[in-house]
Amino acid sequence: MEKQATRDAYGKALVELGRKYADVVVLDADLSKSTKTADFAKVFPARFINAGIAEQNLMGMAAGLAAAGKVAYASSFAIFATGRAFEIVRNSLAYASLNVKICATHAGITVGEDGGSHQSVEDISLMRSVPNMCVVVPADGMSTAKAVEAIYHRAGPVYLRLGRPAVPNLYDENMHFNIGRGIELRPGSDVTLIGCGIMVAKCLEASEILAREGIEAAVVDMHTIKPIDRELIVRQARETGAILTAEEHTVLGGLGSAVCEVVCSECPVPVERMGIMDLFGQSGTPDELLAYYGLTVDRIVANTRLLLQKKSRII
Amino acid sequence: MREITESAIQAVSSKALTLRQDIIRMLGEAGSGHTGGSLSSADIIACLYFWEMNIDPMQPRSAERDRFVLSKGHAAPLLYAALAERGYFPKSELLRLRKLGSPLQGHPDMRKVAGVDASTGSLGQGVSWAVGMALAAKIDGLDFRVYTLLGDGEIEEGLVWEAVMAAHHYKLDNLVAFLDHNRLQIDGPICEVMSPEPVADKFRAFGWETLSVDGHDHRQIMEALNKARTIAGRPTIIIADTVKGKGCSFMENKVEWHGSAPNKEQTSQALAELGCYE
Repeated sequence: MEKQATRDAYGKALVELGRKYADVVVLDADLSKSTKTADFAKVFPARFINAGIAEQNLMGMAAGLAAAGKVAYASSFAIFATGRAFEIVRNSLAYASLNVKICATHAGITVGEDGGSHQSVEDISLMRSVPNMCVVVPADGMSTAKAVEAIYHRAGPVYLRLGRPAVPNLYDENMHFNIGRGIELRPGSDVTLIGCGIMVAKCLEASEILAREGIEAAVVDMHTIKPIDRELIVRQARETGAILTAEEHTVLGGLGSAVCEVVCSECPVPVERMGIMDLFGQSGTPDELLAYYGLTVDRIVANTRLLLQKKSRII
Repeated sequence: MREITESAIQAVSSKALTLRQDIIRMLGEAGSGHTGGSLSSADIIACLYFWEMNIDPMQPRSAERDRFVLSKGHAAPLLYAALAERGYFPKSELLRLRKLGSPLQGHPDMRKVAGVDASTGSLGQGVSWAVGMALAAKIDGLDFRVYTLLGDGEIEEGLVWEAVMAAHHYKLDNLVAFLDHNRLQIDGPICEVMSPEPVADKFRAFGWETLSVDGHDHRQIMEALNKARTIAGRPTIIIADTVKGKGCSFMENKVEWHGSAPNKEQTSQALAELGCYE
């Protein structure tokens, strides 16, 4: 299976976006080579603004540019874009509902060797809690490219969460990316695996192993965490009676929480939330870390089996 | 360059008095809000809104208009008074300041009030917006100018200096910042709480054209604004020496008036001092 990092897809898509729309400006905070906004800077130097190592001013300047009619794409690592600059994101971008697209890379533990200080495990939760903010977590390169254009057309602030390592390509160019509409990648009747970001490919792989055991697991790419696709969650809860969520993020306040909020009020069924269990990350290779924190295909398979036992006890 | 005539100074001075009267009326009615810092900036705002800025209340979103960002957003009553006086909305609205459902929020909300160019209130953020706006003008080759007003306590925020550094780096000569240097913040004199002094040296060191004026002398403010138009390749800061609570004797230089509103009697007394007997 071919692979591409979502940040690489972002860099390329930004250049295309810049060609199509003259009002696109891009900002970065001294990480343009890592976030890949350097691709845009090279082609459109007059529309690229480096804030230097100053994430608060990165967001503040993006607010001013957006207030003056620009569509501003502001990039840094997820930890700084959402953490260091949180209150500016909240009060300048979201409160004023400005057209700033926060496109943060190096989200989650797959940052790897840089360690826990640089591994954002709470950014989805932070961004989801802010009124007016839309939160998008694409699963592969193609959906990232489509998302970069889709968020341009959505008025108001958006948080786009991107990763560092290469991830398997799941989609071809015919895919449709609709903000707020999850994608059912595989039908199934016994259980639904709902993933976002890098966990979607792992859910798909797990579903194939489960199928060999006679377990039909539906798989959903829930690329938009907010607004969440309530309709799809309720339908899957009704049809399969059990849901497993998987995210490279703390289990507090992210995808799993968003799914539970819908399920518990509209169609209560057992939900197993996989993610990082209220812990900080640490140094290691991405694969070592995913194994250490339990974000593997094997663990999805094992947790699904346990979830189905729970489901049978309830029924 | 704008012409500085006696009649222009007269007109601005008369507007400044009206703004002060409106501030007292609004805050008296609201029962809470920031009186001292609204009064200290009134002469600066009068010069901007009634002499300097290229704005049209009939076209509050025009792309070519000059922008104003109230970085010290707690002086919202002053901004609202200026906008209403300039004709952006009826003056009767002013008495709904801080009331439930009112567009006149405790701090300015650009989505609720015509003429408000930036939602501010969390200190340090407005100047950062102003830098972004000035950058947008440069990118688009438009010649609008961007003005912002900072408090002297506000510049204790680190973000201010990130923005100040960027404004110089990007050679934003279309940006003019005022510093309302009234020397008081909520907890006391700025020199006791967390001194930002020497402020002029700091801005100079950051590469800004640094001008100093008496912040209640309209001619000096106007001359500084004209001087700023002649500066190429860097932004201008106009450090305005001001008196917190200016215009109401019992409020002047009193830190207690940073964040409190006058009661009924104090409102009458303040208005009387400002030439209104109601």
